[in-house]
Amino acid sequence: MLGSGIINGLIVTAKNFVGSYHDPKRMVTVQYPEERAKLPENYRNFPFLITENATDPMGTLRCVACQICEKECPPQCIYIEKSKDKKPDATGKPQLYPAVFAIDTSVCMSCQICVEVCPFDAIKMDQVFEVAATDRFTGLLLDREQLAKPNSYFHEIHPTDAAEVDTRLATERQAAEEKAKAAAAAKAAAAAKAAAPKAAVKPAAEGGPTA
Amino acid sequence: MIIAAIDSYLEVAPLAWRDAVVQWCPEPTQWLVHHLITIVAILAVFGTLFAFTPLAERKLLGRLQNRLGPNRSGLPWWQNGPKLWGLTQPFADAVKALTKEDIVPAAADKLLHFLAPVLIVAFSLLTFAVLPFGRHLVPVGLDAALLYFFAAGSATELAIFMAGWASRNKYSLLAAMRALAQVISYELPLILSVVPIVLIAGTLSLQDIVLAQGFWTFGFLPHWFVFTPWGFAGFLLFLVSALAESNRSPFDLPEAESELIAGHLTEYSGFKYALFFMAEYFGLTALSGLGVTLFLGGWQAPCAFLQFIPSWLWFMGKVIGMLLLFIWIRGTLLRLRIDQLTRLAWQFMVPLTLINLGNAAFWSLTAGWTGPLQLVRWGVSLAIIVIPFVLLGRRLSAGRHPRTYRYAAS
Repeated sequence: MLGSGIINGLIVTAKNFVGSYHDPKRMVTVQYPEERAKLPENYRNFPFLITENATDPMGTLRCVACQICEKECPPQCIYIEKSKDKKPDATGKPQLYPAVFAIDTSVCMSCQICVEVCPFDAIKMDQVFEVAATDRFTGLLLDREQLAKPNSYFHEIHPTDAAEVDTRLATERQAAEEKAKAAAAAKAAAAAKAAAPKAAVKPAAEGGPTA
Repeated sequence: MIIAAIDSYLEVAPLAWRDAVVQWCPEPTQWLVHHLITIVAILAVFGTLFAFTPLAERKLLGRLQNRLGPNRSGLPWWQNGPKLWGLTQPFADAVKALTKEDIVPAAADKLLHFLAPVLIVAFSLLTFAVLPFGRHLVPVGLDAALLYFFAAGSATELAIFMAGWASRNKYSLLAAMRALAQVISYELPLILSVVPIVLIAGTLSLQDIVLAQGFWTFGFLPHWFVFTPWGFAGFLLFLVSALAESNRSPFDLPEAESELIAGHLTEYSGFKYALFFMAEYFGLTALSGLGVTLFLGGWQAPCAFLQFIPSWLWFMGKVIGMLLLFIWIRGTLLRLRIDQLTRLAWQFMVPLTLINLGNAAFWSLTAGWTGPLQLVRWGVSLAIIVIPFVLLGRRLSAGRHPRTYRYAAS
């Protein structure tokens, strides 16, 4: 009959009205600044740089300033200057590091391509959404000090992803160590044979991703 | 005895206070002060009601949709003080509306653009003059109060069209035309749904209509018109028409924001916008008051023994109840399309109101029936309105149910 739908609708909203007072599960909103809804793990907005050690963020950046992300970035919001010198990375291998690493978040379109192309797992997507600034040139242009966040933070916001990255890095590091050992053994063997220059080139060429 | 004395004092207290002030004034100005006090009292009471209705609406809409609603605004200069459940929101809104920039479009008709919000508030306030707020509280006791009410009430549409025309904006103009189409469509069922009352009560005076409902069977069954078959049907038809007349959801087409931005309010900002907002709520309150007066017994108490509560409290309580009902409906129903709106008016509401008029005629002709004939009277009266309702409803929704979505992926 005409009107029965209206009555049903009125009953639904009346149930909502009564239920909202005694059933907290019904509530679809939270009181934002004090309470926060848990963000979904796959939520992303702007990139950040991962450091191995929170106490020395600039010394332990995973980034080696290879500039792949800078070239791939569709809106060209990343700016990198390579360092002149080399610093030892987490595995103790000397690597370049970014002397300047800046991301203009007013330009960034959160496409995650920088994360996809990074061979060092050095750049990941952040979940910080409170990015309001009073000046878009200084407030939204983030430098490497602002971008650097420890690996533990990455574990907090993207646990699955971070665990996967960590195990991969660990196995690669182990493989590299074994290879280095094997190379050292081979080198020793070669040295024993007194044919030294032949084996020394090989491990340096393949050590890349473990850095 | 004491209760009766207090009761009668409370009943006339507003009048007594007014007369005390009037007595204190010099003779030649007494008539002016007399009327000014009445006007100020209406403005104060319904202005306060207007201030808190939008807040109640926002909070209720929130609850109806499983949200909290506004609960932040506390006291100024006291950031971490008590929040007072957001009750100070109206004052913050008023300050905001007053301090906002008032922008008039360069191409607008300056005079009409200014006049429209003023007139709409004036017209919507005029309707309060004839409502009987209590046993002794009738600002203007007109004999043709009902006619006056509708005349003043529909004049607000003139102001809406004025706003749409003066804005020199296509959205405003379209919205104003829609508003006119809507109000002409619904003016008819609104008035026709009220005619049975006039037929039964035999008067156009609102106070006399309220007095005609002032009886109780066994002391607790009130003889309000809503408790008769024709009265109940008339009340529902009146409710729907009142929603449409006051441009409220689900009939808020003139300000359908997805199609017309803010309708005729598009080019209004600051306090002029607040005036339109105010007029909308005044109109809604006035129509609620009329509905209460005509169908819900006006200021009459629902039971004889509850008469010790002053009549104006009963009236205000019923009006607030009606407002809450309107908010509930707004929180539930979706907006109609313009063709659905006019279809509903001309193919459903108008025929039903006409049938209901015949129903009321039958009711008044059979007023002498007693005993078992009473049951026959109720049965026939119910049948007269329910059968056409079902048949018309079937015809109206024929081929439209269940709804198919042609362009949506199934």
